[in-house]
Amino acid sequence: MFCPRTRSFTAYCFLPLPTIDSISCCVTVAMLFFFSCARPSNQGTGDHKAVIQNTGSDTMVNLAQAWAEAYAEIEPTVSVEVSGGGSGTGIAALISGTVDIANCSRKIEPQELEKARQNTGKEPVEFIVAYDALAVYVHKDNPLEQLTIEQLADIYGEHGRITRWSQLSVTLPKGGKDKIILVSRQSNSGTYHYFREAVLGRKGDFRLGTLDLHGSKDVVELISRTPGAIGYSGMGYATPNVKMLKIAKRAGDPAYAPTIENTISQQYPIARPLFMYTLGPPTGAVKQYIDWILSPQGQKVVVENGFVPLVLYSEGGQTETSR
Amino acid sequence: MIIWRRFEHILEFAIERIIWLCGVSAILFVFGIFFFVFREGAGFLFHGFDPIEFFTSPEWYPTSQTNVRYGVLALIAGTVSVTALAMIIAVPFGLGTAIFISEFCSPRLRESLKIIIELLAAIPSVVWGFIGLTVMNPIIIKLFHAPIGLTVLNGGVILALMSVPIIVSIGEDALKAVPDDYREAGIALGATRWQLIYRVLLPAARNGLLAAALLGVGRAVGETMAVLMATGHSVRIPTSILDSVRTLTATIAAELGEAPVHSEHYQVLFIIGILLFSITFIINLTADLIIKGIRNR
Repeated sequence: MFCPRTRSFTAYCFLPLPTIDSISCCVTVAMLFFFSCARPSNQGTGDHKAVIQNTGSDTMVNLAQAWAEAYAEIEPTVSVEVSGGGSGTGIAALISGTVDIANCSRKIEPQELEKARQNTGKEPVEFIVAYDALAVYVHKDNPLEQLTIEQLADIYGEHGRITRWSQLSVTLPKGGKDKIILVSRQSNSGTYHYFREAVLGRKGDFRLGTLDLHGSKDVVELISRTPGAIGYSGMGYATPNVKMLKIAKRAGDPAYAPTIENTISQQYPIARPLFMYTLGPPTGAVKQYIDWILSPQGQKVVVENGFVPLVLYSEGGQTETSR
Repeated sequence: MIIWRRFEHILEFAIERIIWLCGVSAILFVFGIFFFVFREGAGFLFHGFDPIEFFTSPEWYPTSQTNVRYGVLALIAGTVSVTALAMIIAVPFGLGTAIFISEFCSPRLRESLKIIIELLAAIPSVVWGFIGLTVMNPIIIKLFHAPIGLTVLNGGVILALMSVPIIVSIGEDALKAVPDDYREAGIALGATRWQLIYRVLLPAARNGLLAAALLGVGRAVGETMAVLMATGHSVRIPTSILDSVRTLTATIAAELGEAPVHSEHYQVLFIIGILLFSITFIINLTADLIIKGIRNR
């Protein structure tokens, strides 16, 4: 720390005024820090407000937010902080132990399970909290009403044969182009993985040249503006400008619309469970929160957000069992 | 008094050092970023990375369960096609604007034009992307009877609009740098305005104008958000400007967020980062060398 020209090291140290300044500054900062930390715990009823960190799936982020808001009304001492980022992000946070509940729109992978065990010494515990039916959307002017899973695989698969609407005996109105515009999701999203598995099988891959959009809502938005497009997204994202197709398991089987009833009765074939994961069996506020989510009140929020509840609570109070 | 003087000297010294640090920090940051990007990608780059597949296969299947393929040919084709179209539109348009501003404008019009063009540069790229998605998409479908409007054309036009401000401001500086003697000599020889520009100013400012165009290219290659939204984000080698494509930058933006850290996929995305870094570095270096060429003359 010598000055290259004239100044010596002692001169460099010889600085009375700023030293006093910096000491007082440090003290002020320390005091500010102390008081800002001390204050919240003295507030309210005297006990600490519990915070539940909840991160993960983008598909579930609106639902998780709705749960958190509804729960804040009945349990004001608990605050649930929700963020998105994707299923992978949520599991990664669980593995690093920075989150209480990870939302995941797919099952946890065996490698992730192993990593979580190694890293935290705890076993991730799985809860199915709702179902999500993936609807296949087309433009509202498209005369197509239903498809089979095989046809979908032919449309979307890497080696599929259907690339034109005329192959499905569909003529688009108002001079729409014959070419099928395939709308898909970016290759890391839980929705993409689930659709691939449900339609193309474990070993299938999507055709190259799909439009890989970045959000569930974007898919519906694009299809509503593009007459020749077909795409998949959660059934909660439907708008009046798109049409949801009925799906049959195989040719000859009846086709079912993506409705809550058809999902619970397992007749609609493209539906998946939505998961929450905790590290070890949940305790305290986290346990209460998950119990509430699984209760009729929590499941009511599921329906309000366009997802499918575990159990259909009918008006008369009777229940229909889920799978 | 002596203490005060000593204090002043030290202050002087400190300020000098701080300014020196500010100057050097740019170099440190660039090398730091390059080092980081390289380190993240290096593990796979040297172990198991197949450069022949990487550069020659158009098949990009980073998350396939059975057959993972990392071919970026289609992504390179996407970046090149969108950039080329953007430059075909932006270079004549930008240089034309630069010539108009520097040679034909009244001073008042010049000032307002410059302010407005700089405003164009201040619009965030997400906004451009949104315009591409919601405004240009239906227009292109209607005008060209295309099945979809999220295409090379859409991305190219958006990128052209984004690079024009850079080309205009640097091109105008280059034209300004031509000494007035040249203009006066040209006029004295009886040249018309057009002859003056075509025969005297353009050759004299050639290097600066080329640098302007190259910096525009650099801007277009590196742009992410707007092309992510406007080009359809679809892996394919385009055969016409009405095809959807996907660019290198958009691929990183879309997939890095959910690629498991240090997985192969993650590292390949960083290798794409190295590729992009090299492309923009070469473009900017060329532009810099050309600019230097002007100064040394």
